[in-house]
Parts: sequence; structure tokens; C-alpha cells
Amino acid sequence: MNKFTFVRVDSPDAAIAELDEHYSPKFIAGGTNLLDLMKENVECPDHLIDINHLAFNKIEDSPGGGLRLGALVTNADTAWNQEVEKRYPLLSQAILAGASPQLRNMATNGGNLMQRTRCYYFYDTATPCNKREPGSGCSAIGGYNRILGILGTSEQCIATHPSDMCVALAALGATVNVTGKNGNRIIPFADFHRLPGDRPDLDNTLDAGDIVTSIDLPNEDFTSYYKYLKIRDRASYAFALVSVAAALKMEDGKIKEARLALGGVAHKPWRSNEAEVLLAGNTANKDSFEKAADVILQGAKGYGDNTFKIELAKRAIVRALTEAAGLEEQA
Amino acid sequence: MSLLQKVGVSAENLEPQETGKYIGKPISRVDGRAKVTGNAKYAAEFNVGTGILHGFVISSPIAKGKITAVNIRQALSQKGVLTVFTHLNVPGLAWFDRSYRDQDAPPGGSPFRPLQSDEILFSQQPIALVVAETFELARYAATLVHFEYEVKEELSVGLEQNLDKAKKPEKHRFPVPKPRGDAEKALKESAFTVEEDYYHGYEHHNPMEMFASTVIYGDDDRLTIYDKTQGVLNSQSYIKSVFGLSDDKARVISPFMGGGFGSGLRPQYQLYMAVLASLELKRSVKVVLTRQQMFSFGHRPATLQKIALGASADGKLQAIINKCVSETSTFEEYTENIVNWSGQMYQCDNVLLDHQLVPLDLYTPLDMRAPGGVTGMYALEIAIDELAVKAGIDPLEFRLMNYAEKDQNLDKPFSSKELRECYRQGAERFGWSKRNPQAGATVEGNNLVGWGVATGCWEANQMPSRAKAMLSADGKLTVGCATADIGTGTYTVMTQIAAEVLGVAMEDVLFKLGDSVLPMSPLQGGSWTMATVGSAVKLVCDDMKTKLFKLAKQLENSPFSNIKEEDVIFSDSRIQLKADTQKYLTFSEVLQKSEVNYLETDTTSLPNMLEQNKYSRFTHSAVFVEVKVDKDLGTVHVTRVVDAVAAGRIINTKTARSQILGGVVWGISMALHEDTVMDNNFGRFMNHNLAEYHVPVNADIKDIDVIFVEEHDDIVNPLGVKGLGEIGIVGVAAAVSNAIYHATGKRLRNLPMQLDQLL
Repeated sequence: MNKFTFVRVDSPDAAIAELDEHYSPKFIAGGTNLLDLMKENVECPDHLIDINHLAFNKIEDSPGGGLRLGALVTNADTAWNQEVEKRYPLLSQAILAGASPQLRNMATNGGNLMQRTRCYYFYDTATPCNKREPGSGCSAIGGYNRILGILGTSEQCIATHPSDMCVALAALGATVNVTGKNGNRIIPFADFHRLPGDRPDLDNTLDAGDIVTSIDLPNEDFTSYYKYLKIRDRASYAFALVSVAAALKMEDGKIKEARLALGGVAHKPWRSNEAEVLLAGNTANKDSFEKAADVILQGAKGYGDNTFKIELAKRAIVRALTEAAGLEEQA
Repeated sequence: MSLLQKVGVSAENLEPQETGKYIGKPISRVDGRAKVTGNAKYAAEFNVGTGILHGFVISSPIAKGKITAVNIRQALSQKGVLTVFTHLNVPGLAWFDRSYRDQDAPPGGSPFRPLQSDEILFSQQPIALVVAETFELARYAATLVHFEYEVKEELSVGLEQNLDKAKKPEKHRFPVPKPRGDAEKALKESAFTVEEDYYHGYEHHNPMEMFASTVIYGDDDRLTIYDKTQGVLNSQSYIKSVFGLSDDKARVISPFMGGGFGSGLRPQYQLYMAVLASLELKRSVKVVLTRQQMFSFGHRPATLQKIALGASADGKLQAIINKCVSETSTFEEYTENIVNWSGQMYQCDNVLLDHQLVPLDLYTPLDMRAPGGVTGMYALEIAIDELAVKAGIDPLEFRLMNYAEKDQNLDKPFSSKELRECYRQGAERFGWSKRNPQAGATVEGNNLVGWGVATGCWEANQMPSRAKAMLSADGKLTVGCATADIGTGTYTVMTQIAAEVLGVAMEDVLFKLGDSVLPMSPLQGGSWTMATVGSAVKLVCDDMKTKLFKLAKQLENSPFSNIKEEDVIFSDSRIQLKADTQKYLTFSEVLQKSEVNYLETDTTSLPNMLEQNKYSRFTHSAVFVEVKVDKDLGTVHVTRVVDAVAAGRIINTKTARSQILGGVVWGISMALHEDTVMDNNFGRFMNHNLAEYHVPVNADIKDIDVIFVEEHDDIVNPLGVKGLGEIGIVGVAAAVSNAIYHATGKRLRNLPMQLDQLL
């Protein structure tokens, strides 16, 4: 870990002003990912700007009738918030499937979005990694890649975004409110994280100095038919091999509207409009679920150790949709 | 010896299976409060904030090659950085390999010598120690040291990729028995056969506590070393021989250990480095490894076992063949007992066993809980299950049909073997009789339910040990031995034994361990501590009784003047007449009236080898497991375990149960989770953290039921105990695999059994 200075700020302006004074500054909130990365010398900021005391610490109604999640509210407080539990139970389920109670108590909503993608090689400075050192090569392709991506990968990077919360946010069509040097803006969730392409060093589309202030959940009713299914190598405290956020609106056994997103398979939460459109208007049954699964996994590519994820994802989608539709008792 | 004396002696012995005031009771740990309140100090917790120097180890990023250049200037330019030790500036130390060969070193070979060569032999090899005023500074300065390497591209790191390099070890620590009968011929003639490969990869111990050494540089260059170790005497003798120190110059202390599991059986390199820095700088130095560096030394070796079994039409074993290849390093030959179990567990007249080693560019493997046993038994016990299925016989019935009444490897009877009773009681508790013989036939929602059984086995050894005791005039007893408590409960059980034997309250006993000034004991490992140190504690307390009685007899007007020792009992801190318990003297009275401040005694307990060698001495268990396997997703949950254990006398039913619970949890871990993954391009373990090196979490562990089957053994040691450290883990992985087969009809032979094997 390198030497760094530390400052606590109490306004976004003060936070942004700190940026210009330093060579490699970083904002820190819960620190649950950043500190790990600093200890492994993957992130080497010379200055930490503690934004925990900014005012983004509430869960409140949003102007559009939905719910606004402050960026600095912890994952635990969000998951157990009564409004979230009542109106967005899929989100609660997803958050509680992630990490451990201790981590969720520290981790913030903004930080959850900002956590770096996961890959053995990204975390080990002894090995080449295009994300850590652009141009050095991808060790995971041709190396050990059991937990890595099968969708939207590039020749440069096959890392996966490890968040559970973000998979639900993607499915629910959240938007991200950001403030920065150039004022405020709203980023649709699908545009927040990015695919690796030839810039795997970039995990998201934020500009330097942008701060996530809150996340808006639209006023939609996915409270009756939903399921967050996480498949992993142990029952808790493990990253998803594959996870599925499924949410439906149903009428007379037919699907009126569907939301479907995958975690653990790509550089970002993987939501498929095509699959959702395919499901809408169909009877909720195994056949339509399988077709949707095939669509969402079109173009999936395995890298050896992780090739099983393609089949696993299909089965997980069918299971998640089956349980969401209430065709089977939820486990 | 007169008949009376004989009777007297045996009356003093602990009657097998008899519970006493303390023996056989569920007594809570005497150090429990210290542990949960943070008062129990671990190696890195001594001398915090005392101006001690901190060393940070730099690990090699490459697996094989040479260091061609080192630049430490930038690191040294940091204020507060004292020095950087590398192979270029380390002083000349001991020359011969034997000086580096600790008590658990494999025979022969050249133990690794940190910082003594530019050669890189394995990934994460320690290549420098940065010493600074603070830990943070040392860690930062470590990023400023620059190395250049000449990388050797040709690497041998995967076991399966290097089988062509397999060869017989020069010195096997557990010689493989010669073939008996003609296994190959018998196999050909068998009605039912199984021939399969069983593979498991690398595993690392990962105790919670990182390896750490705190070296206090004292007056007259005396070192007091707080070390994480399973043997303070092993650490001490290693340091003495490597650095040429005399006994009084290096005292090693290790009162508590945050888990060992075998990783502390050999001195790890942080000890060497902390001592090196301390001696060179004449300052106190602390070195603590990182979690990533916990993957830089010994591990459970990857093994491939090719097993062939044959049975007759009526289900009798006719042939057993186990040809195993495991890995070692390029500089030492690590061997463990993997295949011998195959010749011992079942009655079979035709057995062929073989064990070869493949040298890899890794650090030498290291004993890890039930080394070899857990490996050899998992493969054998899956194969047995497969053969039972082929023969159409219930797998438990099949085991009973082929039960070994004697150890055919050694052609000796067992000192005791209540395995049959383990099977019976375990099966009853588990409900085995209700098992549907058909695989894949029990469905619960999305889950397939399966039941499996397997056998466990481990050695029941006793080693020589010394112990000393001191009884003071206030009636307090102190007993000491240089053994360790690696979390197993040694403090507690030794306190129980001392209190029971001498007849004092546990509160009046202080048991000391983990200090090289205490009497000799062997390493804390091999499940022999209860038998070894327990026997020594019993002996020294028996000796104390004799001394105390002698003193009591000599008193003026002693009520015991014409009485023999066997006619009194020692109880409630009194010597009292058996015939009239109202006639007594308290221990304090005896000492005070004799004007003696304290009584001391020091004894050496030796195993009765003459008698013990006539027998084969083992602990046994029967493990029953229920799994639920998701029919579509392949996820496996172990929902129920019953482990019935025959381990002689149980001294403390609470700590004993804890030992078995921990073993079973680890068995589940081995079955489903644990796997250090190797990148074959870099020769580097990649999941070197506890987020990705998986061990079970609470949510993975459901009901575990432990049964201790009564077992009487007066051969193994004077206490009749067998030790419980390893037996709990053995057999579990096989039982899980067998249960998965029963649930799904799919036979998994590679560990860990992750869900992709079931898709």
C-alpha cells in the first residue's frame, strides 16, 4: 500500500475541489472494495477524499413517484428499508444475496455501483492485466477463468461485474443521478457500466470527478412476481457464478411485462430487452422461459473453465422465471 | 512386585471409560474467557507500540528463474526505513542442509533457505525483507524495491501435466507395504470390478491467524521470540542451528495459536527473517505475513490415485490396487501415507500398492489435517462404494462383509477397533435402514436427496514427552510441558488430568505450555498430544503423589506412618485413608508441617514400545451424510451428518465434540469447496485470498451429530485415549461423494465437487 493523505469533506463542491490538488485522488465512502485494492497495490491513490458526510444519506420519494436511494445509504439500510422492501422487494432480495452482513453494513449504494470488476488476475499485480495496466495483456484468457465472463467480453478483458444489487437495479430500470464539474446529469442504468471493448480499464461511463448522488427507482409495480436467484460455490459470501434478476407483471397466467437481467456473466449487469419482449404476451411456462434464456445467451462464449456458465445461466433463468411467476414455490 | 502393589498401581490408573470428577466431563475451556475477551495474546500481539521494528516480506512474482538485479535505493531513501535484506546482503549462515532440517522436514533434500540465493524456485518465494520503524512504512517501502529477473519459461506446475516425471521417493516416511498375493490376477478373476482415477488438487491450511514472529532483542544478545508454531522446541532448535545460537540465547514462546492444522509444524520463513533482522540490527523486530503470503509455503499436495478393486460374486473383496502419484517440490521429497490405508481397511488377500512423486516448481507440500489419510481414504471409500453398487449390496453391508479383523499390512491385531460399533450406532442414529437402495429415486421439490456412508481412520500414536509439576504450600499445582494448544483444548484437558490424578480442584491447577524453557514435548500434531502429553502429565502427577505421601509419612505423629501409598486416596487436596476417610492431611498441611515451600518433580513418559509394537493402533469412524442436490442447477447442500467415532477414552466430551465438528466441517469443505487454483502459465496460485479460496460459511453447515463409541484400549497409552485432531475430517469427502451418487446417479471422483460437475 502506498502513502496517501486523507481529507473529509462536507459538500460536493469541496470534494470536487480536492481533485485538482492531487496526482491520483480517489473518493472513499464505505471503502469495502477500495481498501482491498489498495492493500493489493491495485489502486494506489495519493489522496483519499472521504465523502461519507455529504448529504446523500436518505431514502425518499423521487419526483417521478418512484423511490430515490441516497448514494451514501448503506446496502444494509437499503435492503431493510420498509419502502424498498414493500415497493422493490427484488432489490432487497438482491442486496441480501451479496457479500456478508459486515460488508453490507459498511458498503454504500454509490460504492456498490463503483466497485471494480472481479478477476483473479486484476487483483494480482504479479500478472499482466489490461484493466490494471492497459496493453499488458489478458492473463485470464488462456488462464484460469472459472468465475469470469461469457457475454460481452473482448479480446482484452473477460472480467465480470460482481454486484448483486446492480443486477436488480438494471432489471428495475433505475437511473443514476450524478454531479460533477459540469453540473448534474442523469444516467440510465444500462449506460452506467460499460463493456470492456478496447478500454477495459474503464468500468463505467463517469467522467473524472463525477460523484454519484442517488439512484432513482421508477414507479413501477414488480412486487408480486419477482425472483433474484444467485448461484454460487457456497451458500453465502461468494460471488455469483450466475445470478438472475427476474420480474414479471402477470395477467391471467400470461406475462404482461418482463424484466430479465443476469449477473456474474459480463463486465456489466446483462439485461436483454429482446428476451423481455419475447416473454411479454406469452404464457408463463417452461417453453417460453427456455426461449427467453436462449435469446439472452445468444453470442455467449466460454473460455474453458467458465464454459459451464452458459448452460448454468440458461437453467438459472428458467428457474428464476418459474419461481417469479409463482409456478413453483420459492426456495 | 507384590500382588498388593500391583493392585495398588492399577487402582491408581484411570479405569478405562470410567468418568471421574473431571475426566469424561463436558468441561468448558479454561482459556475460553481469555480468548473471547482478547486477553489471549498471539505471536503478532506482543510488544505492540514499544518501538519495535517491522519487517515486510517481498514475494517473488515469478515462479522460476534468477534475480539479476536489485535496486533498494528508493526504499532506503524513505525516512524510517532501516534496511532491506536480500540475497546480496544476508550474512553467511549455517552451511549444511541438516542445520535447516526441522523436526517435520522430509528426510533428505535441501530445505529452502530464504534470501540465500538469487535462484527463484517457486512463485511467491520470499526474496527480500524491508525493515522499517512502522509496519505501514515497511509495506510501502516494499513497493519501492525493484527487482529484475531472468525468467525460466519452462515450468512444471500441474500434477496431471507432469505424470511422466513420477518416480519412487528415495526415503518414504511411511514405507509402502510389499504386495501381498497377486492383485492383478485376482482382479481379472473378480466377478465385479472398479477401475477409476481419483484426483484432488492443492489445498492450503489458511488458519485465521497469519504467520508471525515477534523477536525481542534483550540483554546479552538474548532473543525472546514469540512465534506462531505448533512446536516451540522445533522453532528454537531450527533458529539455534541456522544462526549458531546457544540454548540460552533463543527462547521461543507461543502461548496461543489462531489455528495451525499442520501449517505450524515447520518453522515458516517469517521466523527466520525476523531473527535474521533482529541479530543484524540488534533491535527487536516483528514480521507478519499477509493473507496472500499464507499461500506461499506448504500445502496439501495434489494427488492422483488410480484404484482398481475386485470382488467375488458374493461380495468379498478379492483385489485392491492403489497406485498413487502426488507432488513434491524440486528440493525436498515430501511423502505422506496415502495408499497404505487401502491395504489395511478391509480384509483382502491380494493387494498391490504404489506411491510415486512428481517434483514440481512449487514449495514443498506440508502436513495438513490428517495428511495422506484424508486423501487416501477419500479415494478408497468412493471406490468401495462403487464396488458395492456393482455387486448390488448395500454399501454399509458391503463394508461389514469385508471388515478387517486384523491389520493385514502389518500382520498384527488391532489394539482396539470398535469400527463395527461405529457403523451400527451411526446407522441407527442416521436412520440408514430407511435408505432407498435405488440411486436418484428420492425427490423433494427441485432437490434430489442422497445418503452416503464412508469410513474414517487415523493413527493412535504416543510419543515420548516430559512434564514437570510443582505443588506449593498453598495447595496450588503448576504443571508444565513445552507442548502447544493450537485451539484443540490442550490447556483444558491437561488441567483436567492433573486435577483428577492428584485429587485437586481444577481451579487450583495451572497448566503451562508453549515455552521452550518448559520440559520437552514433541510437535503438536499427528493427533498424539492427548496420548503423549496427557500420559506425561499423569505420570508427573503420580510421581507428585508419591513424593507428597513420602513427606506425609515422615511427619511427626503422621496418620500414615505405617500405611502404604496404595492404602490412601488423593482427593479434595487431601491424602486420606481409604479405610477411614476421616483420617486425612491436606496437601497444604503436609507441606507446611514439613516446612517445605513447594514440592517439585520432573518425569519422562515413554511409550511402552515393546507392548505397543505387538499391535496396530488406530482410531476409526463411520460417517453418514445426507445431501440435497438441485436437479437442474447442480448445487449441493450437506443437510445432515452423523459421525460415529471410536477413539478410546474421551477426556472432555465438549472439546472432543468440537474437534469432530471442526473436522466434519473441514471434510465438507474438502468435498465441496476447497481448491487452490493454479495458473499453469505463471506457476502461481491465483485465488490467494479468503474471498475466493472457499471454506464453508455458516450457511453451508447444517446438522452435525457426533457419537463417541465406547472403546476400551489399555495398549495405546496409560490413559487409553487415541486423539481426535484428525479423525473428524477423514471419510467425510467420500461420504459426500457417495451421497451425491445416491442422490443423482452421478459418480464424482474429483475434489472439490463443484456444481459444474453435476450439470
